[in-house]
Amino acid sequence: MNSEPILSVRKLEKRYGNFIGCTDVSFDVWPGEVVAIVGESGSGKTTLLNCISTRMERSSGEIRYRMRDQRFPDLAELGEAELRFLMRTDWGFVHQNPADGLRMRVSAGANVGERLMAIGDRNYGDIRSRASDWLERVEIAASRIDDMPVSFSGGMRQRLQIARNLVTHPRLIFMDEPTGGLDVSVQARVLDLLRMLVSDLGLSVIIVTHDLGVARLLSQRMIVMKSGRIVEQGLTDRVMDDPSHPYTQLLVASILEN
Amino acid sequence: MYVAVKGGEAAISNAHRLMADRRRGDRNVPALSVEQIVNQLSLGVDRVMAEGSLYDPELAAMAVRQARGDLIEAIFLLRAYRTTLPRFSNACPINTSRMRIERRVSATFKDIPGGQLLGPTFDYTHRLIDPSMAGDEAVTPPVKRERPTEESCPRVTDLLDGQGLIEADVPSNDKPGDLTREAIAYPVGREVRLQALTRGDEGFLLALGYSTQRGYGRTHPFVGEIRIGMVDVEVDVPELGFAVCIGAIRVTECQMVSQFKGSADKPPRFTRGYGLVFGQSERKAMAMSLVDRAMRADEFNEQRLAPAQDEEFVLEHCDNVQATGFVEHLKLPHYVDFQAELELLRTLRREAEMASADTPMNEPAE
Amino acid sequence: MRNPSLPAYNFAYLDEQTKRMIRRAILKAIAIPGYQVPFASREMPMPYGWGTGGVQVTASILGPDDVLKVIDQGADDTTNAVSIRAFFAKVANVATTTRTADATIIQTRHRIPETPLAHGQIIVYQVPIPEPLRFLEPRETETRVMHALEEYGLVHVKLYEDIAQHGHIATTYAYPVKVEGRYVMDPSPIPKFDNPKMHRSPALQLFGAGREKRIYALPPFTDVVSLDFEDHPFTVQRFEARCALCNAQEVYLDEVITDDRGGRMFVCSDTDYCETRRSKGSQVGGLPQHGAAKADWEAAE
Repeated sequence: MNSEPILSVRKLEKRYGNFIGCTDVSFDVWPGEVVAIVGESGSGKTTLLNCISTRMERSSGEIRYRMRDQRFPDLAELGEAELRFLMRTDWGFVHQNPADGLRMRVSAGANVGERLMAIGDRNYGDIRSRASDWLERVEIAASRIDDMPVSFSGGMRQRLQIARNLVTHPRLIFMDEPTGGLDVSVQARVLDLLRMLVSDLGLSVIIVTHDLGVARLLSQRMIVMKSGRIVEQGLTDRVMDDPSHPYTQLLVASILEN
Repeated sequence: MYVAVKGGEAAISNAHRLMADRRRGDRNVPALSVEQIVNQLSLGVDRVMAEGSLYDPELAAMAVRQARGDLIEAIFLLRAYRTTLPRFSNACPINTSRMRIERRVSATFKDIPGGQLLGPTFDYTHRLIDPSMAGDEAVTPPVKRERPTEESCPRVTDLLDGQGLIEADVPSNDKPGDLTREAIAYPVGREVRLQALTRGDEGFLLALGYSTQRGYGRTHPFVGEIRIGMVDVEVDVPELGFAVCIGAIRVTECQMVSQFKGSADKPPRFTRGYGLVFGQSERKAMAMSLVDRAMRADEFNEQRLAPAQDEEFVLEHCDNVQATGFVEHLKLPHYVDFQAELELLRTLRREAEMASADTPMNEPAE
Repeated sequence: MRNPSLPAYNFAYLDEQTKRMIRRAILKAIAIPGYQVPFASREMPMPYGWGTGGVQVTASILGPDDVLKVIDQGADDTTNAVSIRAFFAKVANVATTTRTADATIIQTRHRIPETPLAHGQIIVYQVPIPEPLRFLEPRETETRVMHALEEYGLVHVKLYEDIAQHGHIATTYAYPVKVEGRYVMDPSPIPKFDNPKMHRSPALQLFGAGREKRIYALPPFTDVVSLDFEDHPFTVQRFEARCALCNAQEVYLDEVITDDRGGRMFVCSDTDYCETRRSKGSQVGGLPQHGAAKADWEAAE
């Protein structure tokens, strides 16, 4: 593992008027590491994810990102052009609802190929063959390449969204409850696929989930949030086996009962 | 032998001659006078002035006559004339609290200082076609009473404002935008939105206002006050150092009292939607005030989801002169583009035919 | 009743203040080729969508010595072309012509003349929807950002979908172009047949959209490249037929239905080009060919 973090968050805060979305959040993400942010709904985990991914403006604090050229700027220093370029090349964002991350009336092939075209790929055959490779990697038959996502099942849509994000070989992926909207039977397959791709590609991932099972399966490290604050963070196995904060103990106990 | 279609000029001139003939109609029937239109079709004239953005009843009446009663066409005529007029000066803001009131109603208070005044309204008429309209029966003169003074008729929103119950109407010294002189760049200020609305299509705004009532951008509106009447138009004359009255115009003003809002540092208070229209047009002024309030969603941290809240959508589509031009331009020749589409379609169909001919007839189904 | 005095219109209809404002927009447009400059479009005495943008641009650049040609669908005698030409003859009293070579200013809707334009000529396009991204993204606020940041991937998504579905890029007119390697531009609804004529043209090309309040421009000798894929290059329509009147080929043809039994013939869309050729003696004395003249579309693909 690399000796320098790819992402570094310090004293991050987001306020909505008097209401605190999240506050005093500090943590690092290392290359190739999967960090899970867990907590109940309303704990501030999605707010945190949206702030880090610049989809939402923070109120204060620092968010630094290691660029491909090793610069380590605060994201607030980047211009809109540079930020948008990051978002469509170096980053990925997997939404809970695939319809938020896909163009539902555009073919699967174009959904996967869009990022390639956005960064200047101008060879139709090449774009198409890479799209079809990626479809197969996420276990969608290449023969479906010209079909619209509206004709896909929920699990297929989610896998298509993952392929669409990974085609440019990003280094950091944000995931917001990626299996939250799926049937339990479908969840396992998507999780398996994610685990395999993340380790094959050496991706850094920040995943938000309320499901400790998902966190345990995918992440090496875990951040537990409550009322907008981090109450505990550490190696996933350690936190799960020996939770120190009473809230974490409660969370862990509740999944064990399930 | 094919000869390219010629004689466009003659065709146009003949068409216009026929149109003039139809406009005049039966020569045994006396022609409409401009006075008749101004006096007896005055609400139609008002609409043409409002959406034509030019207060001139005679010109508007001429336009109505020239357009054979097609009001959007008449509005177009008036606009095309207005745009050529030089601008001498900007008038001072009209003061509707000094209106010579002809009609005034409030839905928020049973009794208001100065009282409610029904005035010339269709409200509470029974919509039965009146047989006397077939002829010219004598009409009894109206009952008159003394005109209320301005002091006795404060605006209802001013009364609420005095108690801090409604957001304050903050006067501004900023130079207002002018959508007839500058291209719109979104987001725009409220003054530009109001300009667009006051000349916007009555039917479009009515439908949008209605949609807010049905839940597409709900604002919980109450009619604070509608007032119709004459107001003086004044112009500052720098040489004189004071404002001079250059005439009076009839306007309809609607102040909608809407959903209250508060925040950490401000206690809750009602919000405003505003409508002001040339002439007598309550429907338009009310619809305008609903849409104005709906478009202020961002100011009050309301989620913008409905069409009426979307300023780009509303402003880009409320102008009927623009809309009618673009919809109707579809009847202009498009045969160059159509030819291009036609030939591509033929190619695609030919390829599809060849592809299906190549496919063996009895290929097993997958 | 007062009699409203009839207004005396300025030369070329618009007042000088307005012309100055429009000329400033034109100069800015020329300085940033392909960029859409907002301008305070005026209400014109013809409907929006019928050439008000082109008319305002023409009115602002027209001088008393100019010679004006107006075409619609390539023809000088279509009703809207006649109407606009008559408008300028009336309000500016300028000389008009149907000869492409004789004109100093050519206002056009949907075509570029077949006769190559020369240095010193100005062609003014009437534009209905200036925004090439409009049908991919309806919001002005968003498309402005996309242009500013050169985010044009979506245009290629559309082309990709065409090829995936039809085997061809299915855009046949208003085919998007990239100007000087920077801005993606809508060339107005000319057939893509005319796109190559814009590339490095010695003439100044001005585009006016009245309803949408935008002006854009291509200065002489500007690079104008039609968007495509390396392995699905841009191609223009090629007609197998020749013009039934003047025998021209390699020109854009109109299909004319001659009877109700499938009879049709092809004639030049550019009426001046056709007439000039015929006056020089190129003629075919032919009857309409019954369904024989077939346009060979996308021949190169």
